[in-house]
Amino acid sequence: MHALIREIEQTYMPQDFPEFRVGDTVKVHVKVKERNKERIQVFEGVVIRISGSGTGKTFTVRKESYGVGIERIFPFACPSIEKVEVTKRGKVRRAKLYYLRERRGKAAKIREIKEWEIRKRAEESAAAKEAKNS
Amino acid sequence: MPKGIIGKKIGMTRVFKNGKAIPVTVIQVEPNYVVNIRTEEKDGYSAAVLGAGSRKEKRTPKPLLAIFKKAGVQPLRTLAEFPLKEGEELQLGQEIKVEEVFEKGDLVDITGTSKGRGFASAMKRWDFSGFKKSHGSRYHRAIGSIGACEDPGRVWKTKRMPGHYGNETITVLGLEVVDILPEKNVILVKGSVPGAPNSVVKLKESVILQRRKGQRKLKRAKEAYAS
Repeated sequence: MHALIREIEQTYMPQDFPEFRVGDTVKVHVKVKERNKERIQVFEGVVIRISGSGTGKTFTVRKESYGVGIERIFPFACPSIEKVEVTKRGKVRRAKLYYLRERRGKAAKIREIKEWEIRKRAEESAAAKEAKNS
Repeated sequence: MPKGIIGKKIGMTRVFKNGKAIPVTVIQVEPNYVVNIRTEEKDGYSAAVLGAGSRKEKRTPKPLLAIFKKAGVQPLRTLAEFPLKEGEELQLGQEIKVEEVFEKGDLVDITGTSKGRGFASAMKRWDFSGFKKSHGSRYHRAIGSIGACEDPGRVWKTKRMPGHYGNETITVLGLEVVDILPEKNVILVKGSVPGAPNSVVKLKESVILQRRKGQRKLKRAKEAYAS
């Protein structure tokens, strides 16, 4: 892609977007317009896919409600997203969690990792890198 | 100011405006200079000759070089003539910028050279539907019958057949200007534009403004993008 297009896309991207990964559980606050009223709807679920780049970058959130699996695809640059909250960090070994579609209940559960574990791991890897360099 | 400008197609992306994703073509407008001015007295109409891009002096024909010298500009790659907006005067060698010519919500016609496709079959060139791929068929993408027998006893003129396709001048009408970024010399136009990336395109004030439908479209586009 042309560097200029990337620059232009940068200017259209939201600045304060929380960082999350595939496997994390997020709450997406979406603005919903009903006639002239605007209200906020929350969609909570697991991020099963992040794809694309630039203004075309999207993430897919999957949840189960009343026994029916629901997936919603949100563009990162979408102006109707009010905010995104990360409620849980998940440990997964895949970039796309399509296997969740065939599972339900406990089998569809993702192992959670705590924030302190993430921090610890980051510190460890940084230390290892430093040891390697010196 | 002239009613048009020379640009370079960069590529496509999408942009969010008013809560909607809009497909846009990114067109870069390199500095345009006034090379020559056509006047009512001298030429019978008024227009400005704009030039953009650059080329080596060595590679420029001498008659052209004289024109550039008179305007006081470096030798330019592309030249194009655009009518002038009424009651405005330009100076030779003056630099023209996108934001001076167009504003958000304007309608533009864009002329470019379409991608060359070489010798193409009737299916690609004229959208013929072709024949069966399987079920014993041994006749797939060919053109089929080209006419009747003794009456008329010849093939009609303009019969659509395989041949050279693409690499021709094409104009798309009434594209909306979604955004202008003066600091990057970039204009974003809704929809696709003929030609390959890095090819020269000419942007002009749209002719559909002369129609009632065009005026309606302009009003809608202004509401959507001008603010």
